[in-house]
Amino acid sequence: MTDPTADKAFVAFERVQKSYDGETLVVKDLNLAIGKGEFLTMLGPSGSGKTTCLMMLAGFETATHGEIRLGGRPINNIPPHKRGIGMVFQNYALFPHMTVAENLAFPLEVRKMGKAEIEAKVKRALDMVQMGAFGGRRPAQLSGGQQQRIALARALVFDAELVLMDEPLGALDKQLREHMQFEIKHLHENLGITVVYVTHDQGEALTMSDRVAVFNDGVIQQLAPPDELYERPQNAFVAQFIGENNKLHGVVEELNGGRAVVRLDSGEVIDAAAVNVGGKGRRTLVSVRPERVEQREDMSAPGLDAEVLEFIYMGDVFRTRLRVAGSDEFVIKSRNGQGQRRLQPGEKIRIGWATEDARALDA
Amino acid sequence: MADIADTGMASAPARAETLKTADGTPLKAALAHAAKRARRRAFLLVAPLLAFVVLTFVAPIGQMLYRSVANDGFSANMPNLVRWFAENPETEPDESAYAALAADLALAAEARTIGVVGTRINYDVSGTRSLFTSAGRRAARLEAPYREALLDLDEEWGSPALWSAMRAASAAHTPNFYIAALDRQVDPEEGIVSVPEDQRIYVPLFWRTMMISAVIAGICLLLGFPVAHLLATLPMRLSNLLMILVLLPFWTSLLVRTTSWMVLLQSEGVVNDVLVSFGIVADDARIQMMYNQAGTIIAMTHILLPFMILPLYSVMRTIPPSYVRAARSLGANNWTAFWRVYVPQTVPGIGAGVLLVFILAVGYYITPALVGGSSGQLFSNMIAFHMTRSLNWSMAAALAALLLGAILLLYWLYDRLIGIDNMKFG
Ligand SMILES: Nc1ncnc2c1ncn2[C@@H]1O[C@H](COP(=O)(O)OP(=O)(O)O)[C@@H](O)[C@H]1O
Ligand SMILES: [Mg+2]
Repeated sequence: MTDPTADKAFVAFERVQKSYDGETLVVKDLNLAIGKGEFLTMLGPSGSGKTTCLMMLAGFETATHGEIRLGGRPINNIPPHKRGIGMVFQNYALFPHMTVAENLAFPLEVRKMGKAEIEAKVKRALDMVQMGAFGGRRPAQLSGGQQQRIALARALVFDAELVLMDEPLGALDKQLREHMQFEIKHLHENLGITVVYVTHDQGEALTMSDRVAVFNDGVIQQLAPPDELYERPQNAFVAQFIGENNKLHGVVEELNGGRAVVRLDSGEVIDAAAVNVGGKGRRTLVSVRPERVEQREDMSAPGLDAEVLEFIYMGDVFRTRLRVAGSDEFVIKSRNGQGQRRLQPGEKIRIGWATEDARALDA
Repeated sequence: MADIADTGMASAPARAETLKTADGTPLKAALAHAAKRARRRAFLLVAPLLAFVVLTFVAPIGQMLYRSVANDGFSANMPNLVRWFAENPETEPDESAYAALAADLALAAEARTIGVVGTRINYDVSGTRSLFTSAGRRAARLEAPYREALLDLDEEWGSPALWSAMRAASAAHTPNFYIAALDRQVDPEEGIVSVPEDQRIYVPLFWRTMMISAVIAGICLLLGFPVAHLLATLPMRLSNLLMILVLLPFWTSLLVRTTSWMVLLQSEGVVNDVLVSFGIVADDARIQMMYNQAGTIIAMTHILLPFMILPLYSVMRTIPPSYVRAARSLGANNWTAFWRVYVPQTVPGIGAGVLLVFILAVGYYITPALVGGSSGQLFSNMIAFHMTRSLNWSMAAALAALLLGAILLLYWLYDRLIGIDNMKFG
């Protein structure tokens, strides 16, 4: 399910472009195939075109170019109400003049279902989000988290196979947000629905998704499962956007196979995995995760010299800021384990890492 | 409080005693003092505004309401007859009554107030003003027996209706103006009865005013709703432009706007000329769109339209587009989403706009006076008539009070049905 080919995908964007003003492209040549039952997250900074993509899929915006297919059928010209896609809005968009139960009954009434059937379905949907006792209330009488659940139930009550969520947890506090992430994930698993989820919170994206599409500037920078995204970012944007990351600038001196020898701007030479480099003599950015950096006892071991600038105690981990290769922003993290020494500012140490943890990317 | 410091146990009963501030005054008194000072300062701040409101609003309305039940034009100038009415309740006028009348007529003629007296009785028995003025001129020469002398002057002096009107007017306060304003009259035998069908003026006019105002409010809603929706949804630049167009009429004189409608719609006006020149209507069958109800409705709809659009707009602007989108994504077509999700949320604006336009229309004066002809006159035109033509200010006040009452009733009804706090004016 992780890599559906475009022709048997449940949802497919094919060469989709979108412009609002006829001058700039907000979405540039989007190709994306989403499998049935998949939980796909669109992750990216604000203004990167995520909502626009979702709106095109829902039918509220028309693609300027390209084709969008749902279940194999092109849907470019199908109006939103005939697409049968459930949607959860950022502000929930619960109808304020209807009770919770009326809100849930709305999609069923417009489908001309019988009264008894509507009642049963509404009850089932409310129970599903543990809100069975709240059917008679107005949305304004519910807390943010409860409204969120109702919005979710309403998007699911008419048995939509595809549910779109645009930053649905953005308005909740941290604890509630984490709890709801968990619940949404469970609903997804239990119901077997396909979810396209939009967020700018990388933690949310990593914990919930089967696959994450990282957006920037209207282009998907990388589409991969969370672990791969974190451990093997394909370019500098993804490496910096997801997780913490140390940057070393330099020039590629040699390329052999998957290896690159990089001469840093400060003069030192290091080995790195050649992931996304132009070729010999081109500038590159080497990215190393803080938790993959180790301290070497042997001061002549392969690696770089470092001077400790700051030591921060964070409970489960220690975070140490170093001066490395002329940069003051190099950070290492070590687990607060038995016998782990606390480094003192001013101390000179040697650091190193496995070659494949240093990734040479586009500069 | 030194005594409670000794043991912790002592503190419970001590609390029941009055708490004191640091300098020993009871806490309650100190609090009341501080609160009073704050209240006095707040009152001083609003005092100028309060005085302004009282002077310009409460006092005139109070005076108007008082005038609708009080008219001392007769009672203040006919002291002898007033005394006779007080001393002889429910008796037919005898010689002593006529003597009092003759004396008062002479007095009033002397003081040049006979016209005021005649006007007052004329309200109730029409055509009697000249009766008083002509009798006043000759009152000084009247001799006993006064009954015959007065009846010699005019047979009308013996009319029971006249005497019952004078008896009623001998009190400075009277409900008669309200009775008349409701198209009723006091019959000596049967009490309060409706006036004959063909003499009813005010009640039919009242209902016509309500009906025309309702029609105007309805048309304003139909025309204003799409405009307000456009205003709320168009991009900023365009909606600002449209807003200027909506507000433009406010910056033009009411008179100018009304006269331009006259130029457009009269039978020799632009619209008719165009229709005739295209052969749509015959030259001798030009459409009457002015100086009748249609004229009133057209011109007032135009003038009151902004009062519908602005509250609607202010409500619609706060409705995020995601509601309609949510409805659409849930399977509702455009119409269902509009009708079941969008419109219910604009109800506060609809209520405010309709109420505002209706109330303004009910009290409108200039436009119907200019373009209404006779069938397009409204209630306020009748009030104006009594203010400026018949000079029966008490009647005008009674009519105005009835109008005020009707509007308050409507307001109350609205509050019961929709809730006044749901109303949004912007
Ligand atoms: N209705 C619109 N009209 C014009 N420009 C828009 C509209 N909606 C979004 N944009 C622009 O498109 C870009 C992408 O927006 P959006 O898809 O909302 O990004 P995201 O959801 O990732 O924050 C932004 O630059 C935004 O200003
Ligand atoms: Mg967005």
